[in-house]
Amino acid sequence: MYVIIVGGGKVGYYLTKELLAAGHELVLMEKDARRAHQIADEVGSIVLNRDGCEGKHLEEAGAKRAAIVAAVTGDDEDNLVVCQMAKHHFDVPKTIARVNNPRNEELFRHLGVDEIISPTRMALAAIEQDIPVHELLHLAQLQGGDLELIEAQIGADSPAIGRRPADITLPDGCSLFVLIRGDQAQTIKPDTIFQADDKVLAISRSECEVELHRQLIGEEAVGAEAS
Amino acid sequence: MRTIIVGCGRVGAELAARLAGAGHEVTVLDLQTEAFSRLPETFSGQAVRGDGTDEDVLRRAGAEGADNFLALTEGDNRNVLAAQMAAENLGIPNVVAKINDPVRAAAYSSLGIATICRTMMMVDAMAGYLGSPTGRAQAGVNPPTGHHPGGDHSSPTPAVSESDGQSGSALIAAPAAAGSGTSARGEG
Repeated sequence: MYVIIVGGGKVGYYLTKELLAAGHELVLMEKDARRAHQIADEVGSIVLNRDGCEGKHLEEAGAKRAAIVAAVTGDDEDNLVVCQMAKHHFDVPKTIARVNNPRNEELFRHLGVDEIISPTRMALAAIEQDIPVHELLHLAQLQGGDLELIEAQIGADSPAIGRRPADITLPDGCSLFVLIRGDQAQTIKPDTIFQADDKVLAISRSECEVELHRQLIGEEAVGAEAS
Repeated sequence: MRTIIVGCGRVGAELAARLAGAGHEVTVLDLQTEAFSRLPETFSGQAVRGDGTDEDVLRRAGAEGADNFLALTEGDNRNVLAAQMAAENLGIPNVVAKINDPVRAAAYSSLGIATICRTMMMVDAMAGYLGSPTGRAQAGVNPPTGHHPGGDHSSPTPAVSESDGQSGSALIAAPAAAGSGTSARGEG
């Protein structure tokens, strides 16, 4: 499988090393000559000192036969252009863009980027895990961002305590499926009774989140306080 | 008529002043406050300091619901991002991006945004001045030919008015016939 990586910063550099170690055929494009040579000294002749935003350079790099183009420069706009050129000009089956501004994620998907890597969102998720400010943790986006996998922590004052799933009215497009109690995961069944400190995994459309919060955690009024 | 201009360089400032003078409600954005010194003192529009490729900034500047959006920064890719954001997320019907790389300019006009390529405009103007048959009075303007919602062919530049009322294909075909346009496509 032939992979083109655009951007030889930290992400591109380590990505290159990992993929090489895994035995993939790849080229790394880095427009800065000094950085390109620096990496080439270490990993060999697979570094191309070219700007991956330019169509003719992508072609030189073999974009027509690439299975994947991964644009991981530090600039969202450059990553978008690389992916769009790869997708629409060279019919690359899979394009991956690093996106720094989380607000750009949806636009990039809409414009034809297949996979989004968002360091900002990953850091945000990690921080939310330690400091559950919102008490609803966003674990993953599914179906291109329409659905979210969410973890809800049942607090001591949750209205859900002592209730069964049938007692909790949730909007359409939102379902509870797994419960983590202690170290054990269990499927949520009709006879499950929620307790304090349970973690509930839900799949929800983003517009249902407020109601999910109200039913499992309580009114949003105290949301600003970390528990 | 509300017009948003991203990038207050020589072209952005001149155009902002001219359109404001012609009665447009103009908002011009730039990252550098100093850039606004290019605007004439009589400029009647708004000048907003901020990143024109950031959707939140554009919304705060009132870009939503504007009629025209012109991305004129020094960076081709920034213009590409801003223009597509304007068309897709802000619903602006007439969007133009300045793209100086001829290959990218042609590629993006086929993806549905109008592009203006300074490189081809100058090459054609120079060649035309020297009497070369490849010179063209009007060039570098690639109206959208793709599926974009911004595919309104009424161009903001008077230079293309001779072809108004036609479909965009005649215009996009014209630059391709101008020598370098053809090779650019071949390479792309």
